[in-house]
Amino acid sequence: MTTLNSNIPSGPLSQKWESYKFNTKLINPANKRKYKIIVVGAGLAGASASATLAELGYEVHNFVFHDSPRRAHSVAAQGGINAAKNYQNDGDSVRRLFYDTIKGGDFRAREANVHRLAEVSVNIIDQCAAQGVPFAREYGGLLDNRSFGGAQVSRTFYARGQTGQQLLLGAYSALNKMIGQGAVKSYTHSEMLDLVVVDGHAKGIIVRNLQTGDITKHNADAVVLATGGYGNVYNLSTYARGSNVTASWRAYKRGACFGNPCYTQIHPTCIPVSGDYQSKLTLMSESLRNDGRVWTPKKKEDCKKNPADIPEADRDYYLERMYSAFGNLAPRDIASRAAKTVCDEGRGIGETGLGVYLDFSDAIKRLGENKVRERYGNLFAMYHEITNEDAYKTPMRIYPAVHYTMGGLWVDYNLMSNVPGLFVLGEANFSDHGANRLGASALMQGLSDGYFVLPATISGYLATQKPDKRPNIDNPAFKQAEENVQTLTKKLLGNKGKRTPASFHKELGKLMWDYCGMARNKAGLEKGIKLISELREEYWKNVNVLGEAGEWNQQLENAGRVADFIELGELMCRDALHREESCGGHFREEYQYTPDDPETKQGLVNPGDVKRRDDAFAYVAGWEYAGAPDKAPVLNKEPLIYEEVHMSTRSYK
Amino acid sequence: MKITLKVWRQKNANSPGWFKTYQSPALNENMSFLEMLDVVNEELANRGEEPIAFDHDCREGICGTCSCVINGKPHGPHKGIATCQTYMRSFRDGDTIVVEPFRAKAFPIIKDLVVDRKAFDRIQHAGGFISVRTGSAPDANAIPVPKENADLAMDAAQCIGCGACVAACKNASAMLFVAAKVSHLGLLPQGQPERYKRVKAMVTQMDEEGFGACTVTGSCEAVCPKEISLDFIARMNRDYGVSLLKGEPKKIAGGGAA
Repeated sequence: MTTLNSNIPSGPLSQKWESYKFNTKLINPANKRKYKIIVVGAGLAGASASATLAELGYEVHNFVFHDSPRRAHSVAAQGGINAAKNYQNDGDSVRRLFYDTIKGGDFRAREANVHRLAEVSVNIIDQCAAQGVPFAREYGGLLDNRSFGGAQVSRTFYARGQTGQQLLLGAYSALNKMIGQGAVKSYTHSEMLDLVVVDGHAKGIIVRNLQTGDITKHNADAVVLATGGYGNVYNLSTYARGSNVTASWRAYKRGACFGNPCYTQIHPTCIPVSGDYQSKLTLMSESLRNDGRVWTPKKKEDCKKNPADIPEADRDYYLERMYSAFGNLAPRDIASRAAKTVCDEGRGIGETGLGVYLDFSDAIKRLGENKVRERYGNLFAMYHEITNEDAYKTPMRIYPAVHYTMGGLWVDYNLMSNVPGLFVLGEANFSDHGANRLGASALMQGLSDGYFVLPATISGYLATQKPDKRPNIDNPAFKQAEENVQTLTKKLLGNKGKRTPASFHKELGKLMWDYCGMARNKAGLEKGIKLISELREEYWKNVNVLGEAGEWNQQLENAGRVADFIELGELMCRDALHREESCGGHFREEYQYTPDDPETKQGLVNPGDVKRRDDAFAYVAGWEYAGAPDKAPVLNKEPLIYEEVHMSTRSYK
Repeated sequence: MKITLKVWRQKNANSPGWFKTYQSPALNENMSFLEMLDVVNEELANRGEEPIAFDHDCREGICGTCSCVINGKPHGPHKGIATCQTYMRSFRDGDTIVVEPFRAKAFPIIKDLVVDRKAFDRIQHAGGFISVRTGSAPDANAIPVPKENADLAMDAAQCIGCGACVAACKNASAMLFVAAKVSHLGLLPQGQPERYKRVKAMVTQMDEEGFGACTVTGSCEAVCPKEISLDFIARMNRDYGVSLLKGEPKKIAGGGAA
């Protein structure tokens, strides 16, 4: 058992971060250069942290498996980034952004972290604008905003449909400057394969150079993981193909607890699956719901008709009908589940019947095609390339797809895991989004963690470590971890089975989608656990990896990642099974509102909406590795104590 | 549909490479080009043959990882899209498709279709940034930017750093890539203080990396998946010229701390 102490500072919520920063220990400028920090990953969180830590004077070593730090999957975020600037004068504030995010997460996030996120959000926009991020502007030269789900104010800043790309290039440029100055040493094509723990503290990593296959040891005073989410456990998702859980998973196996692994975001507006060969699903930005209206035919027999032939009266704009206050901008988990519900009723459209329409005809009538093109042109073009359909003329077909993981390695208020010296940022940690993330909040969290939070909190840990005293790479812990990696590589290459790693990944993805997807239940999850553990056993008997260790070998890279995904999948099912409530993206069929519940009668919720059980499950589940993949992991709990917010029924009606 | 693939196979930068021909299994026209390669690779692997190495990641045209010259054209037949967004419906049943890596001296081959594009990063290290220490920025609306400038800067900033411009150019010039970055930052008020220093440093590094000279044929613009305009090269040439006229920045006596 591990005690998960959140280390939330005392004092009123709105003053915690200020007083924390005053009270935390600092490192004097002359000593900063004596500390070496490893940062793994260079997405928004990793690049911004690396650049900022180097500006402060620390010696920073940054590792990415990509050929360049600019490729991290933050680059693909389309819609925007939230900030409580209130430039629209529509009633926004730090308090409102904080509350929307806590409520959006279905009261399963940590209150103090979320408030800090909302406070810092305004600094992020300033920082990015100063770096030259070409945000959308109004004719007066000031910044433009748009609306995103789960909010009734316009607080989302954007750069056409490529906000993630532009913010990442901003962070990458800050990183480049420090690399150019020699303040950051950048290792590309370098994949972290193990965490080195010395006397209970994270003090280094083991890395494989993907070009040469060389395995090297790297020591540091602290290790920062900013390695992204694990949605590719489902095989088909909106993630990049290379996104993986390996860095986080190897840290988990070295003792870091995994927080709320079952909290997965299924995004409502993606292009539907078209065939078995498919490698990836493509998101259509949530920003489209500013102007697009979601509907399906009221009658089953209309589903195969041309949408233009279905009269207005026979269309069901179900989000507007069910959630009138937020309409098409209902939060993602709610919009996804509603799409599933109408499709389960037999009212889905398209060849597979797993799809709904996202219709722009009203917006085109109101604004003209040119205005719609200006706002969403690149998304319409992308849709056309993939489907060969023109969304200016006929509605888009969309369906939910795996998009983000709210769960991740457990961290305290300092963003430090339960392994001292190991910090986790961005999507890789669990902390700020509870059981559902609102749109335009991931970019905010990644940059908040990297630019502002970690650089302030890491000094508190480093102050407890003597400068220039980090363990040498000849330390036995380094040797042991290196051997661990070598053994695994040999095992994969020497196995000589009959199946490719990709075939296992596909099978795992299907199991996860069927048993731990948008709707979950006890029997399904138990079955999922059994089938996935059998798949794990088969993997080690039957996987076949070609090529050699000492060269560029994409199958070998993938084989290690798939092995980790299989183990993770089992843990996600266990977490989903134990959490006998519904919350946010975690929908247990056994726990939903019925027409007889008082909340339904009061009109707060619809029958079928998720039903939390705050009396029993208002905690973070931090799973601890038990030493072997077939041993049941240990459940540790961090109670969620809300000092200022009341855990109320989440209503978007 | 079925196709014949002629693919460049090369173990590493030091080994010779050659074209190898493969017959594809049955394909679906809604597959992406990379999904076609996945299917071919699975079949190769099941036969015990080493899969074709190719670069890819986001598969939605934004990360810039995918490359390949398809039938002689970087990123394949269509204008304004990357290889990963090319679909098999662009080809006909029975076609022979020739697939090669991006070829340029500054992009050494790693394996098969994968090349090393780190030269692009090194150009950025030299000056592809606005110096603004974290925490030192003024309020975002304190620096108004005319919408036209912001839009034009965004046109340039869209570059995904894939290197198709280099692969298409007969001189393997990186001018369009560097011009995009230089223009993006040079068009914004925030980028003015370092404007001329930046362009000089980036162009110098570009030359050191072994990229060729620009003769304005426009092949780069024609294959750019983000359709970045050749006009930005003119803009960069002007800024570079000004930077040469300005010479080295003057050192101001007594300007530093004692």
